[in-house]
Amino acid sequence: MGAVGDDIGDVSDYELTHHVRQALKAVLEGDTDEYDQLIGNMHHTERLVPDEVAMLVTILRALSGAVSFIDIVHHRSLLSSICAMRFWNYGPDVMDALMELVVTLATSNGKYVDLCLDMLVSNFIPPFNFLEILKQPRGLAKKDQVLARVHAALKGIADLVPLAPSRLEQIVRERVPNVFAKEAQIVVYVENMLMLESGDMGEFVGNSMIFELVNRLIDLDVEIGWDEVLLDDPNNKGIFLMELEDLARTDETEMDMDEPQIEYTGRKVLWGNVVAQKLDTLMELAFDHLQSCFKNGRLPQVFEALLQSFQSTVLNAYKSKFAQFVMFYACSLDPEDCGTQFVSKLLEIFKSTVYPQEWRMSAVAYLASYLSRAKFLSTSYVTIILESLVDWCYKYSKNQSGEINLKNHRVFYAACQALMYVLCFRMRSILATPRLKSQLVNMPLEKIFKHALNPLEVCLPSIVEEFLRQAKAAHLFTVSNGTFLFDHLFESELSRAFGGFQRLDVFFPFDPYLLKKSDRFIRPNFIYWSMVRTTYDDDEDDDDDDDDDDDVEDDNDDEFDMNLSKMSITPKDSFMFGNLQDRKMQMPSRIRPSTSPESL
Amino acid sequence: MEGLKVSESDLLVYLHPSKSKNVSQAIYNELSSMLFKYNETFDGVLLAYSASTNDELAKILPGLHPCFGVRLKAQLLLFHPKPNMILEGKVVKLGAQSIHIVVLGFSSATIIDEDIREEFDYKVKHGKELFASSVNKRHKIEIETVVRFVVKSFDEETLHLSGSLLQPNTGNVNWLDKYAEEDLVESNTKKRRDYQTADHSKLTTDDDRVKKSKKHKSSHS
Repeated sequence: MGAVGDDIGDVSDYELTHHVRQALKAVLEGDTDEYDQLIGNMHHTERLVPDEVAMLVTILRALSGAVSFIDIVHHRSLLSSICAMRFWNYGPDVMDALMELVVTLATSNGKYVDLCLDMLVSNFIPPFNFLEILKQPRGLAKKDQVLARVHAALKGIADLVPLAPSRLEQIVRERVPNVFAKEAQIVVYVENMLMLESGDMGEFVGNSMIFELVNRLIDLDVEIGWDEVLLDDPNNKGIFLMELEDLARTDETEMDMDEPQIEYTGRKVLWGNVVAQKLDTLMELAFDHLQSCFKNGRLPQVFEALLQSFQSTVLNAYKSKFAQFVMFYACSLDPEDCGTQFVSKLLEIFKSTVYPQEWRMSAVAYLASYLSRAKFLSTSYVTIILESLVDWCYKYSKNQSGEINLKNHRVFYAACQALMYVLCFRMRSILATPRLKSQLVNMPLEKIFKHALNPLEVCLPSIVEEFLRQAKAAHLFTVSNGTFLFDHLFESELSRAFGGFQRLDVFFPFDPYLLKKSDRFIRPNFIYWSMVRTTYDDDEDDDDDDDDDDDVEDDNDDEFDMNLSKMSITPKDSFMFGNLQDRKMQMPSRIRPSTSPESL
Repeated sequence: MEGLKVSESDLLVYLHPSKSKNVSQAIYNELSSMLFKYNETFDGVLLAYSASTNDELAKILPGLHPCFGVRLKAQLLLFHPKPNMILEGKVVKLGAQSIHIVVLGFSSATIIDEDIREEFDYKVKHGKELFASSVNKRHKIEIETVVRFVVKSFDEETLHLSGSLLQPNTGNVNWLDKYAEEDLVESNTKKRRDYQTADHSKLTTDDDRVKKSKKHKSSHS
């Protein structure tokens, strides 16, 4: 091969191919000299000089011509050399030659298809030492070069071997990095998956790529404990008091106080940060992808796969915090089509008699959170869905004669709580429109709440209170002499947990989004509690009360259940935002993701 | 094309009790999961099926999961290529060393240059790659051509065929069906003319020769 290297200009392709074929054939007869030399020359990876590059290109091209002579048993070391080659280590010339070799090898014999697909998928991720440069311009340029060729090779194989995409699907799923891999690795792998989804093979592998994406998001999501994301405080307020926290402010004042909180070891908090960052980047990728799908008109098909994977993965994930926002964002892009599909699916699961109770409760919690938080939904649409919910509750209550029973009527209580939650957000705007107001007034809400099952005593106190307060201010449920029917329930101490061990009664899936980078996608479409005009609001301008934080003292924390700290909306320290009596809403402040005092 | 057969079969499908609500759907799911895979019992790749049950009753198996067995009568379309069978497929890629073909839209076949007969030469004309016959100018193999080839081997796991174009009755299907007869006659006519110039006295025996060659041909096909 040394001689060939010198005379590269003089030797024709055919002669080179012939030479390689002879070398391969010789192995079967026991003569491995030429063969070993061949393999030896393929192992140069670091900083190749032009001569070495030319040599490598020649070898690869010659091998392409000789693939039919490669035997899976006798030429095992050659095959493993080829499969170990990384596109990332070479320049465009070698990459092209390698691409051709891999495609030719895969299509020459069915036995090599899996091998070659595996080799290409392993090239989704750059070698370890490359990870740092990935963010720099030259790293990005290299990534584009490599991935373009890898995907072109995959397409090339799929064209010639029609059943290749199904094998590819499997291999991609097997090789996906787990939550412990470096962020750069996970991110570039998911980028590849999305490239496959939107590429030519999209119609074959697209669905499983979407499923796998959602799986990754959930896996990362459940690794983040609430404790790590926000510095939690067991002395939490009711959910409607405060939602967001300007963590900069927390940090200043937190230094001074004597925290009754749990002490977080540096490692635990740091891990939560790391995972949250990974999730943040992946969510950004996912949102970007959905946006480009929408622009290309592909969102309906992608949404179908998304909805299915939501149902099988996200709906039942215990306390998933952010992954579900892919649904929120997709619906915000296309409320008429995707949004209505989402709502119908949730209603279907909720009303079905086949699915387990937890699913149904989860579905109605999603519905409530979605209807309350989505800025892009019209009030009339919300009213229609609300009507359907009320209808179900009413029919259910008519069929029951028993008393309060937490176990048997969990779904009913979940639905009542959902009703109240949505009305807390939307009551004022519904009452503002005469047509919708009459719809609301005609709903049999009173009968439901007066029923022996007594949802008002079972559901979450903070929601019940807020709801009753607004209802009273709006003169709902009043008899002719002006008294409010449910006066006795204000300030009641009842707090029954009907949500089971999963605490589905405090599950509000679309609570404010807390990941920094990807927040920009969600924020414009999101209704924060402080933006809501309640029925008891005086007509004043919204105030920017960010400065009140430091002055007020804390009291009344003890009456609240410790469990509330596990809620999806994790309010901040009470002393920051005013005491229980003062229910002024704060303007939403800028959110920052998981940080610990150390990292700031 | 050889290699396709329809099998009448009696099947027994065991279904999980959860599927008892919609049995026909479950049966179709079971059978569909076997499509495009090689099945030893059927001795072939299942391409299509049509199944029906006669019996309304099914026996329940004792055990942890009381699955029940449904008896079916099914017609199965099977693809079972064996060596030396003749198959047809469309060319998707041509190279100096190989021709790549897709058979029935799902099975890939490769013919390497050793298995392509001498008369075919690899050429690049007007930027297009093709294999042209040096003997019969109109016999060409390009991309999108439907080609008839002989099966050398079939990999059951990956459904990959390896074929050969060595035999004279292989090549471009259109050409083989249309021109093979004509060309045969034409080449014989050419031979006759050469013979003629050599010996004028044999002129009268032309027709006899033509008839003879036709008879000859029919005995071969």
